[in-house]
Amino acid sequence: MSNLISIVLGSVLGGVARYFISGVVARRVGETFPWGTLFINVSGAFLIGIFGDMAEDKTSLLASPDPWLFAVTGFLGCYTTVSSFSLQTLSLARDGQSGRALGYVVISVALSLAAAGAGFALVDWMK
Amino acid sequence: MSARKSKTTNSKTAILYTSVAVGAVLGGVARWLASLLILPVSGFPLATLFVNVTGSFIIGFYGTLTGPDGRWFASAEQRQLVMTGFCGGYTTFSSFSLETVRLLRGGLTETALLNIAVSVVTWLLAVWLGYAVAVRLNRLKGD
Repeated sequence: MSNLISIVLGSVLGGVARYFISGVVARRVGETFPWGTLFINVSGAFLIGIFGDMAEDKTSLLASPDPWLFAVTGFLGCYTTVSSFSLQTLSLARDGQSGRALGYVVISVALSLAAAGAGFALVDWMK
Repeated sequence: MSARKSKTTNSKTAILYTSVAVGAVLGGVARWLASLLILPVSGFPLATLFVNVTGSFIIGFYGTLTGPDGRWFASAEQRQLVMTGFCGGYTTFSSFSLETVRLLRGGLTETALLNIAVSVVTWLLAVWLGYAVAVRLNRLKGD
């Protein structure tokens, strides 16, 4: 039961944070390119790298089930998104902006993986 | 007048946030269940691939069916619940990143590269397929 509660709480916070941030970015930067989703996915990947590395130390808080389910499965899982990324890529391609669509895919994947790697590197360095 | 208007705007915003939150909980729990049911195959993170592919299909299908030229009417709240809330919460870019980096750190470079290639291609195919099926349905005559 505490499993489910942890996921539900993390999911509410993650989903709402994504909606809030993508709205703020869309209003300030505009919606010609999906900067909001890019920022969300890259920042979420950085955090999951930090949490993932911390959880490898079995004495850390994140190695126990409920904190992991709350912070990673719930919060980060709902904060980051593939569905919006896919839909935005399709929209760019359908608008005839193939270059931007391709750029969005490459930048999203490369920066998210680099950010997750940087999260691991940061925790490794602090150990 | 302006106070009344801002009150309506605030309650509208609150309803949209609630819709996103409800959808995110459903999506997050569905993703968790999928991760319990679908186990990795030779180190390949199949559960994350499954949710990201099916979630991309659903957002392409539902978004097109309820869009401006769609045959289904859906309110802004319903669209936020299903697309931003459920699909957004159900799919995850962070787990994909974590699993790929863990494969790389574990020396399973080929599995990591395969995961990147298969994921990106199948996500995009799924959203396009959902869109294409919905476009066909939108063109059918009648209700």
